[in-house]
Amino acid sequence: MEHNVVIAGFGGQGIMLIGELLARAGMEQGKEVTWLPSYGPEQRGGTAHCAVVIADEPIASPLLPEPQAAIVFNRQSLDKFEPAVEKGGLLVVDATLIDHKSERSDITCVYIPATDIALQLGNSKFTNMVLLGAYLGKANPIPLESVLAALPVFLTGKKATLVEVNRRAIQAGLDFVSKP
Amino acid sequence: MSEKVLMKGAEALAEGAIRAGCRFYFGYPITPQNETPEYMSRRLPEVGGRFVQAESEVASINMVYGAACAGVRVMTSSSSPGISLMQEGISYISGSGVPCVVMNAMRGGPGLGNVAPAQADYLQAVKGGGNGDYKRIVLAPASIQEGVDLFVDAFDLADKYRMVVMVIVDGLIGQMMEPVEFKTTVDVNALKKPDWATTGRHGRDHANIISSLMMDTATLEKWNLELQAKYAQVAATESRIEEYEMADAEYAIVAYGTMARIAKTTVRTARARGIKLGLLRPITVWPFPTKQLQKYVGQIKGALTVELAYRQLFEDVELALCGKVPLGWYGRGGGVVPGPQEILAAFEEQFGKGR
Amino acid sequence: MAEEMKVIYERPKSWANKVTHYCPGCTHGVAHRLIAELVDEMDLIDKTIAVWPVGCAVFGYEYFNFDSVEAAHGRAPAMATGIKVTNPDNFVFTYQGDGDIASIGMAEVVHAAARGWPITVIFINNGNYGMTGGQMAPTTLLGQKTTTTPMGRAPQLNGYPIRLPEMLAQLDGPAYIARVSLDSPVNIRKAKAYMRKAFNAQIRGIGFSLVECLSTCPTNWQLTPVESMERIRKEVMAYYPLGEFKVAEGVL
Repeated sequence: MEHNVVIAGFGGQGIMLIGELLARAGMEQGKEVTWLPSYGPEQRGGTAHCAVVIADEPIASPLLPEPQAAIVFNRQSLDKFEPAVEKGGLLVVDATLIDHKSERSDITCVYIPATDIALQLGNSKFTNMVLLGAYLGKANPIPLESVLAALPVFLTGKKATLVEVNRRAIQAGLDFVSKP
Repeated sequence: MSEKVLMKGAEALAEGAIRAGCRFYFGYPITPQNETPEYMSRRLPEVGGRFVQAESEVASINMVYGAACAGVRVMTSSSSPGISLMQEGISYISGSGVPCVVMNAMRGGPGLGNVAPAQADYLQAVKGGGNGDYKRIVLAPASIQEGVDLFVDAFDLADKYRMVVMVIVDGLIGQMMEPVEFKTTVDVNALKKPDWATTGRHGRDHANIISSLMMDTATLEKWNLELQAKYAQVAATESRIEEYEMADAEYAIVAYGTMARIAKTTVRTARARGIKLGLLRPITVWPFPTKQLQKYVGQIKGALTVELAYRQLFEDVELALCGKVPLGWYGRGGGVVPGPQEILAAFEEQFGKGR
Repeated sequence: MAEEMKVIYERPKSWANKVTHYCPGCTHGVAHRLIAELVDEMDLIDKTIAVWPVGCAVFGYEYFNFDSVEAAHGRAPAMATGIKVTNPDNFVFTYQGDGDIASIGMAEVVHAAARGWPITVIFINNGNYGMTGGQMAPTTLLGQKTTTTPMGRAPQLNGYPIRLPEMLAQLDGPAYIARVSLDSPVNIRKAKAYMRKAFNAQIRGIGFSLVECLSTCPTNWQLTPVESMERIRKEVMAYYPLGEFKVAEGVL
């Protein structure tokens, strides 16, 4: 069994972080994981992305030319990764920042006003967690609890107080996609 | 006690080197391996080691040379253009017969190229580079875990043969994160202090001299013959390969490092389609696992070399199998990394559907 | 009678009993001898690692009884840095000619000086590439004929000579920088005194030290040994003044 996802957006939107969070939680679940970022000049402006694979077997290629899922934080990322998602795959879109709908009918698209939801929680910085929650709710690559449990690893020092609100952001994203 | 930690390749490899007993690191910044010197700069002082940022790669490798003369475990790392600048030093170190480890996170070339993953320094690493008849042992891990494990071997081999051991990776291995376990921690105090090192006489009844200069032709030829004998021994005993799904394979992909890892997915996909494809993955690219490849002469109907370069690895595959197995080649350059499907398509184009 | 005898001269213990390959009248031998005497007098033979250059002194390690390594051209300060960090208590010096240090190895010496770590550089300036047959060096004087400046060094074509000690003395890293001459007994005694300070700067852990030695190259200058010494006094010293350019506190 393998789950994989590309997470893409502007640098500074917490893209790498939720990818790492996912990988970390997967590792704690005893899974094989890889986290592969875009790097070099790419990371200085424009879009950044990372590819996360969570699997039961040792992972061969960490590349995701056709990911099972893509979480996109901006229009450029949507344009880049929407065509790449495999047939039957999943596209998670921040509908607050992207007013564009996919024309593909062979994938599941989730449009979630993630930035709005994050603002309701107090800060647009939680957008990444809302989107992660939406992805977890739809794809269920690993149990939600494992992701919530891994949060404190990334929020240390002054940020430790933010663990709870980040948890709520993930839950909010998950709740959004779980609505009937 | 060891447990799995999630680490970036460039940092995990640095930690792997430290666990292998590396206490001295000299380097100069270059992408895509800056996390390695950065990690060394904060970690080495914690274990009683020293990190030095040199003024150039030329200086780095010569600082390594100096430390290597003292018989300590020492390394540098860089990426393609920086490794080119180090070739002089690598030749001198090889000519002097002192041990060190050099890591190359290969990037797209020639020239400044780019920082994306490539394997275009293959021939430089395994055949050439600096002047003179010398060889390095070249290790090519395909995962972070393997890289960490191989670092212990890298330093052991360097010390055993008094040779330069090169670890070749690329930006993909350097930048990705995987769970990694540090299984071995070498006790540096337990390492044997070499009797040839220039550490000051301190009561020794003779002076130690380390030099690659031998003006007398007979002396230099004799030294060359000693080196050749050593290389022959290394070639006979130290080559390694991973043979994946080869037991009943009718075709093989030959690839190393990152490319091999991606090709492994190709093999799985091909197998799911009923194609009996396997993977031959050299772990040492020098010494090249020629004999291990030749074992499949008579079994396989074709071998496709796949690399992030233009017919460099292919030269060695050709030397091993030419005329005995039909050969194919597929490669991408400039930092472009082909996916598993692209490799499968190349295989099918060159060998049919493999059935 | 025996009790009245005393040793007034002997071969330094650091000095290997060998005939050097240097040309008659060349002052490399003098510089070597001074190093050997100082290593003995300062009891450094067990702690010394010398780093030899590419150039006339390429075989330098043959002539001493302490540990030595042979560097690539110009890289001696980098190699010395690598040696020194592995064993900071050892005494590490490089011995470099003008081409080695001020041309191909300029970056290495500047950065070694800037780091300021206690290593010592003995720099032999004889104004040309002696080993390769007398080509222009970075220290070749204006107007001086060499095999690559057959009409004499012209600034328009060949640029200007480099005064390395003055240059390095601008840096904060070095503890001791000086220029001496090996042309006469009085200057040789002074050279030894300055070299002792340079050695001390390292031993006392104060910092980087360098002593430039104005030297002869009778073969390539096509002068007799005596004429060569006179040339140093008349022409070379006029461009390269002797003296101390940097003496940090604590250097004795």
